Amino acid sequence: MIIIENLQKAFGGQEVLRDVSLRVKTGEFVALVGLSGSGKSLLLRHVVRLMRPDAGRVLVDGRDVALMPRRELEALRSRVGYVFQSGALFDSLTVFDNVAFPLREKTRLGESAIRRKVLEELDQVGLKDAEHKYPAQLSGGMLKRVALARTLVRAPEIILFDEPTTGLDPIVVNSILQLFDSVHKRLNLTGILVSHEIPEIFGIVQKIAMLHEGRIAAVETPESIRCSANPVIDQFVNGKPEGPIQY
Amino acid sequence: MIETLILWGTWGMQRVARLGKCTLFFGEAVGCCLTPPLKWDRVLKQIWFIGWKSMPVICLTAAFTGMVLALQGHPTLRRVGSEAFLGPLVALSLIRELGPVLAALMVTGRAGSSITAQIGIMRINDQIDAIQLMGLNPMRYLVVPNLIAFVVAMPLLAAVFDVVAIFGGYLLGVRVLGLNAGAYFGEMNNYVVIHDILNGFYKSMCFGALIACVCCYKGFNSRFGAEGVSVATTQAVVDASVLVLVWDYLLTALVN
Ligand SMILES: Nc1ncnc2c1ncn2[C@@H]1O[C@H](COP(=O)(O)OP(=O)(O)OP(=O)(O)O)[C@@H](O)[C@H]1O
Ligand SMILES: [Mg+2]
Repeated sequence: MIIIENLQKAFGGQEVLRDVSLRVKTGEFVALVGLSGSGKSLLLRHVVRLMRPDAGRVLVDGRDVALMPRRELEALRSRVGYVFQSGALFDSLTVFDNVAFPLREKTRLGESAIRRKVLEELDQVGLKDAEHKYPAQLSGGMLKRVALARTLVRAPEIILFDEPTTGLDPIVVNSILQLFDSVHKRLNLTGILVSHEIPEIFGIVQKIAMLHEGRIAAVETPESIRCSANPVIDQFVNGKPEGPIQY
Repeated sequence: MIETLILWGTWGMQRVARLGKCTLFFGEAVGCCLTPPLKWDRVLKQIWFIGWKSMPVICLTAAFTGMVLALQGHPTLRRVGSEAFLGPLVALSLIRELGPVLAALMVTGRAGSSITAQIGIMRINDQIDAIQLMGLNPMRYLVVPNLIAFVVAMPLLAAVFDVVAIFGGYLLGVRVLGLNAGAYFGEMNNYVVIHDILNGFYKSMCFGALIACVCCYKGFNSRFGAEGVSVATTQAVVDASVLVLVWDYLLTALVN
């Protein structure tokens, strides 16, 4: 279970997160939506202590992430699958080696077992042919999918995905979302997905949280969100140009 | 008046804080070197990159340095009637000072800068964070191999520098200026002792550690954007070069 309590973070006077509170129960997927620049990526970074809060705290399974000793933090990070918005692939390694990296470094599997697992994972994201390519030779969408494969190959318990499907074509988006759904059901994952895939994302998450002006403006279920009374949600989900959100 | 003082004070404090951070960084890197697991394949790759790939530029600069030393030293020695000591003059200045220092400066420019840029790009693309999030220590992958490789490669490069430069001095002194080859090498044999060679050897090991530390630290802490990486690279080269010279002075003063 991930509990975010009254989280605040400012950068030189710019208050990005003002007072964020969010609960993600074990086995639950929550979609985090919000305007570009509202601080979604920043919020995810706090969950694994890539960033420390100015105030407030993040609890994972009842433990405060900011206060964890080093060993415990490493153990937590090993359980978390994090996909960066940029992919963050190692550009000196091939696609195959990128996906194999966590297995080689963190497990005692033999090379043939690793090869089998990596190819299986690449196949799932539709990239079996790209195994010998370097990240610089891939398209933006392919990078995202390799990053996904690298994360899923470690069989994480908690996933934090920062726009894993942005920039992909609709067919791939749906197949990736289906993949999430099946992995989620099979392994009972907990996770936060930052995504703008509205309405496709509604099919695979239990809740949708909207980050607006440094606060969670609303948490809704996929059923209730379409006819939400909250004007901010209504405008965002339906993409209306007129409303309380000003540009 | 007070304001100027405060300004200088904060500036000084920031420098001291940064020096402290860099030292802690170095300490952690050394700690990681001494504890397993060590990434031997990466260490070898970096030795190849830092050492072997710097050979052409080292040989080229060494040859010219040796020739200039002979060209400069010969008339002076002649004035006091001791041309025969050209050999020891060239060899001692190279082995004790110029070899380690010039090799270090060349390697800083060639390998140090590219290591800073590489690590800096990994920082701004979240690749370092990605390693951390796998529950691994990025130091082991990015800093330790470079540190070991620099410490191993620098003395070897300095040795190559010395040999090539002495040969350059020979070419000019003996073949062009007409000195006796036996005198050039014979006197060298008499005057260069193992102490001089060890002195140069330790010096270049220190320089290796210094360059690795500065370049990796700058890359690790580079600010965001392409701008950040380019600033970090420039600073790394400038700081490492200046530190090499300062450190060289301190070591020389200490030994004598
Ligand atoms: N390290 C940092 N230093 C300074 N400001 C930062 C830093 N990280 C994030 N910010 C600021 O925080 C705000 C939120 O950034 P964030 O990347 O979280 O947005 P986002 O919601 O993920 O947007 P997008 O949908 O475009 O990815 C931005 O205004 C950004 O300028
Ligand atoms: Mg983002």
